[in-house]
Amino acid sequence: MPGATRVRWALACATAVALVATGCSSSGGGSSSSNANATFTYQSGEPQNPLQPANANETNGGRVVQNLFRGLVDYDPANGQLRMQVADKIDTSDSQTFNVTLKSGWTFHDGTPVTAKSFVDSWNWSANIKNNQINSDWFSDIQGYTDVHPKAGNPAQGQMSGLTVTDDTHFTIKLANKVSYFEYKLGYVAFSPLPAGFFNDPTGFGQKPIGNGPYQFVSWDHNSQIVTKAFANYAGVDKPKNGGVVFKAYSTAEAAYADLQSNNLDVMDQVPPSALATYKNDLGSRAIDSPQGAIQTIAFTLYQPDWSGANLNKVRQGLSMAIDRDTITKTVLQGSRAPASAWTAQGVAGYKAGTCTACKLDVAQAKTLIQEGGGVPGNSLKITYNADGGHKEWVDAVCNNIRQNTGVNCTGDPKPDFKTFRGAVTSHSQLDGAFRSGWVQDYPLNANFLAQQYRTGASSNDTGYSSAQFDQLAKQADEAPTVQDSETGYQQAEGVLAVDMPSIPLWYYRTNSGYSTKVQNVSFDTFGNPVWTQVQVKG
Amino acid sequence: MGTYVLRRILQMIPVFIGATLLIFLMVYTLPGDPIAALYGDKAADPAQVAQLRHLYYLDQPIWKQYLHYMSNLLQGNFGTSFTGRSVTSLMGDAFPVTIRLALVAFFCEIFIGIPLGLLSGLYRGSMLDSLVLILTLVVIGIPVFVLAYIAQTIFATNLGWVTPTVQDSTDITQLILPGVVLASLSLAFVARLTRTSIGENRRADYMRTAIAKGLPQRTVITRHLLRNSLIPVVTFLGTDLGALMGGAIVTEGIFNIKGVGNLLYQAISHKEGPTVVGVVTVLVIVYLVASLVVDLLYAVLDPRIRYA
Repeated sequence: MPGATRVRWALACATAVALVATGCSSSGGGSSSSNANATFTYQSGEPQNPLQPANANETNGGRVVQNLFRGLVDYDPANGQLRMQVADKIDTSDSQTFNVTLKSGWTFHDGTPVTAKSFVDSWNWSANIKNNQINSDWFSDIQGYTDVHPKAGNPAQGQMSGLTVTDDTHFTIKLANKVSYFEYKLGYVAFSPLPAGFFNDPTGFGQKPIGNGPYQFVSWDHNSQIVTKAFANYAGVDKPKNGGVVFKAYSTAEAAYADLQSNNLDVMDQVPPSALATYKNDLGSRAIDSPQGAIQTIAFTLYQPDWSGANLNKVRQGLSMAIDRDTITKTVLQGSRAPASAWTAQGVAGYKAGTCTACKLDVAQAKTLIQEGGGVPGNSLKITYNADGGHKEWVDAVCNNIRQNTGVNCTGDPKPDFKTFRGAVTSHSQLDGAFRSGWVQDYPLNANFLAQQYRTGASSNDTGYSSAQFDQLAKQADEAPTVQDSETGYQQAEGVLAVDMPSIPLWYYRTNSGYSTKVQNVSFDTFGNPVWTQVQVKG
Repeated sequence: MGTYVLRRILQMIPVFIGATLLIFLMVYTLPGDPIAALYGDKAADPAQVAQLRHLYYLDQPIWKQYLHYMSNLLQGNFGTSFTGRSVTSLMGDAFPVTIRLALVAFFCEIFIGIPLGLLSGLYRGSMLDSLVLILTLVVIGIPVFVLAYIAQTIFATNLGWVTPTVQDSTDITQLILPGVVLASLSLAFVARLTRTSIGENRRADYMRTAIAKGLPQRTVITRHLLRNSLIPVVTFLGTDLGALMGGAIVTEGIFNIKGVGNLLYQAISHKEGPTVVGVVTVLVIVYLVASLVVDLLYAVLDPRIRYA
């Protein structure tokens, strides 16, 4: 049911801070003793795909899989920094060949050791077009990807030539092009290792997965719950402080919230819109309000002739200046969003506030710029969105702003559901002017927000934006020697967007959630997931 | 009688084929590409999408898809959903839950609705009659989701008698509250229907005869009055059983019950042809069987109706 405000796609590993006895940044009240063997319940839903690492691209399956598996690296939930997990170190001298050294002592839940082969076999299998993994294109940076994943027809090879196993604890990854921040990508759940048993029966495995993560699979009662328990021999830095997570299926956020208030559910995903105004009162110190690495934008159909003119960037800047982000986020969105001032979300590495100079409300300047740019084509703007995702209210509010402040005739154009909307966006049809867009971080790095959406011909470039300058800066950033240099490089590229305005940044998402009186030490990371392993069940 | 039942069963075959074809076409004409939608807001990889479309037989023309589906169906294979599970097992999870919920609601309708209507009809114009009329009118006037939220707030959040949502759908006691909510609207109809029907038949000739014969009042009411008055009520209950099985989406959502309504809603929103057609096919059969049972019950209730 479209109760949730949106579906959060694209997940990555959320894990817990290393056990530091003092530094628990929990927002819970007084801490009492905890029972390390007790499980807690979390609001989830029936996964859309079998539980295979490269098939988990939606929240319900993703959050389970990322608890069952650990990859080479993950992100420290306290600060979003890259953190070594199975990898001991990942070295590169040229940002193209990466030498991976694994720690020893990691095992899968069935007791078999995690070796270099576990990773390489897993990636080769997941990338293979024959195996129908939704996230197969995550491996497209690796040399030889096109052999196992051709544009058409059958794969020529079974393996990618870029992956070489040296011994049990060493392997090399050679990429087709330089990607200086490739290790950031490695935290994505698709890069998890798989035990040898997987390849005998991938389908069966998808119903009863065996991973190497902090939690192991116990049972899956379809459409009702998925039960996991803490893995005793877990070798990661984030050992669970609880006995396991039970993922309870809810069809609506309202039902979950009612259960949370009566202690029949311990932690939830996102309170329903109907409770946004009251949840802080209802839950008191057990309410959660923390930033998320996700942004909402209004993107333009730059591939249409009347929007591709050289001067129209001024019109887009003007439209952006006519939007009162502060008021809309406070009133219409009830504080569930924070005004945006850049094209990357708050809190990701390389985020620079204020990059979008046209993101401040300035009615006089808005009118001037729109006139200078030659006006909005036909003096009317249609913002297309999907009616099943709770977008109507803010689209109408934005349109009211634009109408009142600039005189442009702005209207919302709802498509019945998400499928239809995405179809219209990707086929470049049935759209006229503008549409709802946005990005949820796959990994907390600015490159993820910029490269995927604004490079010429990038897979998620829905606007048709093409700028030689932006591409050049992005390429330089990709070839930078270190991740830090790549961050600054992409910040420069982001500066080009401030001039061209292919899309209007609106606001960043926030996590509005809460927990029951039975648990403590609950905090959320920027992926919008609780820090699972840190949650304590009161004893 | 036997030939009548056989003829009715044979009539189900064209209805069944027609219904599946219609539903199949409806799902097919829904806008949007279900495979691309699996990718969410991210761009779909065209090569992988083509592979998946082939896997789910979606790259074939519609008539081929339908024939493929039907030939599988005749072998008892309902196909697989995008989750990789067979539609049979999805329905095996959902139908028992919904059947339990529907039975709770159904019993409410019979054992509360009919007595209320009977008393109301026997004591026309009394305080009790007015009370029943007002109450049923209120229930008919309030949308089911409002009732459900009110019930949830009062009995779960304020009084704490039950949990706000159903924790275990195999536990029939947890289904009582949602069952009563689900039944409420039909219960009001049943009560009013019974009342009207009783009112009409009270003054019938056979009633006068029965009373004149000096039969005890209980016999008069149960054997003569109720039996004749229940025909419209039974008709309503029969069709309502089908509706309860297929249409509890709102109630199921509020009380978090994972039944057929929820399954069907999800399947339609994902444009999962096999699941939608499978579930609706079963529902069509439920409707057909229910209406056959109703028609057979007429003969039991009213000796004047006999099938040649």
